[in-house]
Amino acid sequence: MSAKNMLFSGFGGQGILFAGKFIAYKGLIEEKQVSWLPSYGPEMRGGTASCSVIVSDTPVGSPIVSNPDILVAMNLPSLDRFESKVVPGGMIFADSTLIERKVERDDVKVFYIPATKMASDEQLGNLANMIIVGKLLKETGDYTEEGIKAALDKVIPAKRANMKDVNFKAIRMGADF
Amino acid sequence: MADKILMKGNEAIAAAAIKAGCMHYFGYPITPQTEIAAYMAKVMPKIGGTFLQAESEIAAINMVYGVASAGKRVMTSSSSPGVSLKGEGLSYLAGSDLPALIVNVQRGGPGLGGIQPSQSDYFQSTRGGGHGDYHMIVLAPASVQEMAELTVKGFELADTYRMTAMILADGTMGQMMEPVSIEDLEVKPAPEKPWATTGTKMAREHNIVNSLSLVPEELEELNFKRYDRYKVIEENETMYEEYMVDDADIVIAAFGIAARVSKNAVDEARKLGIKVGLIRPITLWPFPKAPFKKAAEHAKAFLSVELNMGQMIEDVQLAIESKCPVTLCNRAGGMIPDPAQVLNAIKEINGGIA
Repeated sequence: MSAKNMLFSGFGGQGILFAGKFIAYKGLIEEKQVSWLPSYGPEMRGGTASCSVIVSDTPVGSPIVSNPDILVAMNLPSLDRFESKVVPGGMIFADSTLIERKVERDDVKVFYIPATKMASDEQLGNLANMIIVGKLLKETGDYTEEGIKAALDKVIPAKRANMKDVNFKAIRMGADF
Repeated sequence: MADKILMKGNEAIAAAAIKAGCMHYFGYPITPQTEIAAYMAKVMPKIGGTFLQAESEIAAINMVYGVASAGKRVMTSSSSPGVSLKGEGLSYLAGSDLPALIVNVQRGGPGLGGIQPSQSDYFQSTRGGGHGDYHMIVLAPASVQEMAELTVKGFELADTYRMTAMILADGTMGQMMEPVSIEDLEVKPAPEKPWATTGTKMAREHNIVNSLSLVPEELEELNFKRYDRYKVIEENETMYEEYMVDDADIVIAAFGIAARVSKNAVDEARKLGIKVGLIRPITLWPFPKAPFKKAAEHAKAFLSVELNMGQMIEDVQLAIESKCPVTLCNRAGGMIPDPAQVLNAIKEINGGIA
């Protein structure tokens, strides 16, 4: 695949934008072309947050992802809104702690990860986002420990360096799930 | 080469402005450009510069007038409704022949409108924005790297021609992150400004910066001279990008985010064997008429893709001297056409000319 079009979506506060930024930085470090575009409408204040992320071997055209190859849905409204938009043969990663229903389509690969419960069981606070990111990297063949660590160095500011280990732990937990 | 980092377009503008030697920023917050002010607020105090959140957009543009009169690089930024408020100041800057950089990260209008991306201030910016006969140099970036590069370019052009330059971006360009290198930006030293009001030190005549001119013969002369300068700019400073135009039957005109969307559509249409190309104006004023005129020699139709009700389309029609039809493909009010909509428009035109 020369370009991966990804859509991350969930409640504000779930780290949706952060997860997208991490994936974009990992792509940048691995010398891909990348773009990251957040929703910035009034809906993000306490409502849904989403971001389009493109990681590509060729220059990125439109940064807007309307039909994702990969959808990360961290709450029910996100799945309801974007399930039908995923391209046939695409992937959906759903946080099954917060989404009780199953995906209705049968032409996409679906991964249910009880990420919110896993994060709370392992005292990983609000890192359900990174657990899903771990699973995503594993399933797309992009799980590279070096790239992950280098990207964490970029997205976590130096004064919060202690967060790097727990983020890495969450990513690994998702990959192993 | 320095490592590229991910930055929002708004932050890239602010960082590039500082790199270009702009030490004075005046603004008032408005979505979707507030990150510019936030960046300036954080960085300017640390480097001995000025960040001032004015009481209004009108105050901010008049503070810009003050610093510009003193010959220093200065900028303000806003979004559509805020830029309307600056209109009077823009006209005064033009009337006083002052260089400054104005950033408009457009949102849907008219009125207070919405906060989603738009290109509906095309007329306002390319025709000056305020009252009177004048132009601004209008630069339309289509990537975060270009947000940075055109900011530097904007300061340089403004200084060279003693006029305002505007970055005309939109909410997408402001909010998106892409790899960008600020360190690698090349900045030419600012030219001497012997006209600046920096104090005579009892060694020279007073410099006067003023836009009031009550003798009509003199005011006419000033207008003529300004337009002589505009002619030089039109000849020397147009910028554009061409994509697959050489053999194109259909040529798309689009700038900024609309050009990014259109490029996807061009790629898809080419896969279907339709000969489509794209001309992306980077300067909206001066409008790059030459590549359009040249393309009209072989193209059978043009398609203007815009986030407004059809504004640039008029400049396209003028540039090709109405030699062939120009169709509009658009969304408005904060909506963005997707590549499929543009592809459909291409197919429709192709059906008509085949």
